[in-house]
Amino acid sequence: MADPVVFAAEATPSSTAGITEQRPARWALMAVAFIFLGVFLLLPLMLVFMEAFKKGVGYYVSTLGERDTLSAIRLTLLVAAISVPLNVVFGVAMAWAIAKYEFKGKAFLTTLVDLPFSVSPVISGLVYVLLFGAQSLLGPWLKANGIEILFAVPGIVLATIFVTFPFVARELIPLMEAQGTRDEEAAISLGASGWQTFWYVTLPNVKWGLLYGVLLCNARAMGEFGAVSVVSGHIRGQTNTMPLHVEILYNDYNATGAFAVASLLAGLALVTLALKSLLEMRYGAEIAATRGH
Amino acid sequence: MQVRVANVRKEFDTFPALHEVSLEVRSGELIALLGPSGSGKTTLLRLIAGLEQPTTGRIFFGDEDASAKSIRERNVGFVFQHYALFRHMTVADNIGFGLKVRPSETRPPAAAIRQRASELLDLVQLTGLEKRYPAQLSGGQRQRVALARALAIEPKVLLLDEPFGALDAQVRRDLRRWLREIHEATGHTTVFVTHDQEEALELADRVVVMSQGRIEQVGTADEVYDNPNSPFVYGFIGDSSSLPIKVEDDQVWLADRPLGLSAPGLPAGPGTLFFRPHDIELLDGCSGCLAGTVAASRRVAGTRRVELEIGGQRERVEIELPVDHPAAQKSRVAFRPRKWKVFPQSALQEK
Repeated sequence: MADPVVFAAEATPSSTAGITEQRPARWALMAVAFIFLGVFLLLPLMLVFMEAFKKGVGYYVSTLGERDTLSAIRLTLLVAAISVPLNVVFGVAMAWAIAKYEFKGKAFLTTLVDLPFSVSPVISGLVYVLLFGAQSLLGPWLKANGIEILFAVPGIVLATIFVTFPFVARELIPLMEAQGTRDEEAAISLGASGWQTFWYVTLPNVKWGLLYGVLLCNARAMGEFGAVSVVSGHIRGQTNTMPLHVEILYNDYNATGAFAVASLLAGLALVTLALKSLLEMRYGAEIAATRGH
Repeated sequence: MQVRVANVRKEFDTFPALHEVSLEVRSGELIALLGPSGSGKTTLLRLIAGLEQPTTGRIFFGDEDASAKSIRERNVGFVFQHYALFRHMTVADNIGFGLKVRPSETRPPAAAIRQRASELLDLVQLTGLEKRYPAQLSGGQRQRVALARALAIEPKVLLLDEPFGALDAQVRRDLRRWLREIHEATGHTTVFVTHDQEEALELADRVVVMSQGRIEQVGTADEVYDNPNSPFVYGFIGDSSSLPIKVEDDQVWLADRPLGLSAPGLPAGPGTLFFRPHDIELLDGCSGCLAGTVAASRRVAGTRRVELEIGGQRERVEIELPVDHPAAQKSRVAFRPRKWKVFPQSALQEK
């Protein structure tokens, strides 16, 4: 047998050299990444804020204080406040069913979860028009009973739920599948009930994934344009969400107003990203521990 | 608590994982379910636990029919191969979990739960690690915590699924001795699954040898090693060599040569001769023995394994010789097994 020390001495320098690029190649790759991000992401984002504050802070504040704008902000918050919690419940239930049980049609269900991502948001909206519109089967009945869904808040909420459904479920399914059912089996063998198992074992195991899902779901719920646009009817002060209001203001040649509202949405995106990074920094080790196993 | 498995059959999607298995585990006994993967040993353990429901058959805890009870109601302590500790809970919270989730009437106060966790940590020799998280423990320590957690609910039966399967050899040996000690101290009826025969033979009062969804033999370590009742058990427990032979006139024949082994009472016809490679006597001359040319020779720890090519049929058998035995250098070796067993062909086909 050869002396193992010799092997160790040889292995160390060669292993690092093998995976390191030449210096110019490294610089070129980094330059491409930074230029791309700068031109396509950072620059537009800066323009949004520059445009918003073009006529000064006073104008910015007064634009946001307009009645229709405030109502759009309120509606957006309301829609998010309804659809995000519902999607948390749906998402957890869906992920639980897919990850922890074996049943026929599971693969189909998994594919179905992705449907809102794969169809155009316009279609997502049109689906509800076809379902609840005046010409639909349900239309006359809804009208007779005085239930307003289309061109009203319920329609907007439904469309938002449809579009944002996958965020929580998709974040949780791979996580729960990787974790398997051992922990749950252990909890039940120790005498825990189904609810206790869920609260004490399953939920803590997926809490970071769930939080990610909620953040992304919320960002999309507030920012959704296409599907909501189809079902909303664009009634100012009533069925306009923030993204819709941005478009209306822009079409009114009120660019500064449009960008002011847009800057709020952009701010939301930044806050979401910051929160996500903060979580990763603060709880990185714990997140890694509960994710991998 | 005595455990009785009565004619239990388990199918997964019509694939039979267990065929009509019956087994009696005596109260206070430490019993091993031993078999290769796919033998149904883990399925049997999970059926006893209530993690699976039998397709047919019943399971009794004492005189009580436990078949209809869920795992929650059975009050068994189950230890998983990969520990299944709750990652986000401290060691103490893990151990106390089974007490914490009890309904409020029977739940001990928080201080008592903490106290109990500390006692159990002493028992599993991890005193002072209450505040640690599972990720901060070694594999062996995690498995000890898992056992302490299972013991905390004062289970009727303790069930362990390959408890040392994920640990390295040295830790396994230590934990094996330690589990034996714990068993003697607590006296729980314990069933554990393993594919490691050394573990099973060393640790268990009785060993249940399983193959292809059936129990082949139940017995003490001596019984299954010295008196295997089937070709499978002979081949699976310990080292063995086998040769196709035939029985005629109460004698064992290899091709047309008698081997000098008399087999009174065995049915005439083809069969298989089994013997232990180390349990042989070397012979000088040969007028009724096994003789062959040395085909290969390997040094295995304290002995030398010699592979012999027997007769013209190119059958190979392995024998074990002392390291410095001169026979290992010879090209031709003659020997006769001291203890051996012949299984008629019919016994082989039946399985």
